[in-house]
Amino acid sequence: MNAVADRVEATDERLARAWAVLDTVLDPEVPVVSVRELGILRDVRLSEQGLTVVLTPTYSGCPATELIESSVVDALVAAGLGPVQVLMQRAPPWTTDWITPEGRRKLRDYGIAPPGPTDASLGVTMRFIPRVKATALACPRCERLNTERLSAFGSTACKATYRCLACGEPFEHFKPI
Amino acid sequence: MQASIKVSRDPAVQYLLRLGDSCLIHAQRLAEWCGHAPVLEEDIALSNMALDLVGQARAVLTRAGELEGAGHDEDQLAFLRDERDYLNLTLVELPRGDFAVTVLRNFAMATLLKLLWQRLQQSTDAELAAIAGKAVKEARYHQQHAGDWLLRLGDGTEESAKRASAALELLWPYVAEMFESDAVDEHAANAGLGPRWADLRDEWMAEVMPVLNEAKLKAPAERAFRSTGKQGRHSEHMGYILAEMQHLQRAFPGGVW
Repeated sequence: MNAVADRVEATDERLARAWAVLDTVLDPEVPVVSVRELGILRDVRLSEQGLTVVLTPTYSGCPATELIESSVVDALVAAGLGPVQVLMQRAPPWTTDWITPEGRRKLRDYGIAPPGPTDASLGVTMRFIPRVKATALACPRCERLNTERLSAFGSTACKATYRCLACGEPFEHFKPI
Repeated sequence: MQASIKVSRDPAVQYLLRLGDSCLIHAQRLAEWCGHAPVLEEDIALSNMALDLVGQARAVLTRAGELEGAGHDEDQLAFLRDERDYLNLTLVELPRGDFAVTVLRNFAMATLLKLLWQRLQQSTDAELAAIAGKAVKEARYHQQHAGDWLLRLGDGTEESAKRASAALELLWPYVAEMFESDAVDEHAANAGLGPRWADLRDEWMAEVMPVLNEAKLKAPAERAFRSTGKQGRHSEHMGYILAEMQHLQRAFPGGVW
C-alpha cells in the first residue's frame, strides 16, 4: 500500500459514510421519504475544505428548502463528517422523474399517489386542459382508477388534491413536474 | 427610519425588475387571501401559488441586483425602493377584489408568466435561464388551476357568472399593458436576455380566448386606455401595498428572520 492509495481509500470511505448518513435525512413535509429518494440530493463531493453537498430546490417557493439545507448539515456534522458546505444548484431543474422507485413506493404506502412520468412537451406547448379531461390516476388505497381531481394544489405546492369515487377516500397526488 | 435606495436605469436591470416586481406584487395580493378564501383547499392553493411567486421574485430580484452591480440584495430591492422604482404591471397591484377578480387575474398572469418563462429558458443570461427552467413548471400549474376555476365561475351559477363577467370588465383594460413595447424590451430582445413582451400577445390570446369562450365569458372591446406600471407610474393602490410590505424593513433596518 502506498500513501496515494491510502488517501483514495479514505476519501471513498468518507464519501460512502456521507451518503449513508444522508439516506437518513427525511423530507420535512413527507417524513417517510429521504432527500436522496426525492432526488433533492444531487451529489456529494470531498475536497481539502471538507464535504460539499449539492442540493436542488424543488419548487421556487418551497418553504422547506432552508430546513432541508440545515438538516443535511446537522446530520453530517453530528456524524463527525464536518465541515460541510451546501451548494444550491438550480439547473438542471428538479423533476419528479428523479424520485427513486423506492421513494415512489414509500409515497404510495404513506397515502400519496406518486407522480407519473413528466411529459417533456407539456412545459413547452401545453394548452389549457379542462379539469374533467385530466389523466386518470389510481387511488393509493384501493388502486382503482375511478378518481377525480379536486384541486391542482394540496397541503403543499408539490401536491394536488384528489378523491376516489370507488372507495370514497380523499387522497393527495404528488404532481409530476 | 431606513432611507430608500435608488436603482440603475440600465435596461437589463429594468427588464428583470418588471418581471420580478410583477411576481412580487402579484404574490402579495394572492397572499391576502390566506385565511379568507371561500374554501380551505383554495386558501391553501392561493397561498401555495403566492409562495411560488415569492420564490421566483426572490431569484429574479437577486439576479437584477447582481447585474446592477451596486450591492443591492433581494431584500433591499423588495423593500427599500420608492414607488416610482417598482416596475410591475398595474394589473397586479389592483385590489384583490372578490374571488372572481382574483381568479381571472391569476389566469391572465399565469398565462403571461408561463409564456415568459418558456422563452427565458433560452436567455443568454445563464442564471435567468436556470430560474426560468424551474418557474415555467410552476406557472403551468398556476394556469391550470386558475383556468379550472374560471370555467367553474363563468359557466357556473347565475351569481358566479355575473361576478366573473364583472371581473373581466374591470381587469381587461389593464391587460393591454402586458404587450406594450418600449426601449427596455427592445434592448432585452437584442441582447438575447429575453423576449419582447409584445411578441407574446398572439400566444397569450390563443390560450386565453378559448377558456373565456368555454366559460361563456366575452372579452370587452379594446380601449385606448393604457396603464403604465411597467414605467413606474402606478395606480393609487400601489402606495398602500408598499406601506404594508415595507413597514418592517423601514422601521427595523436590515431586520432578518
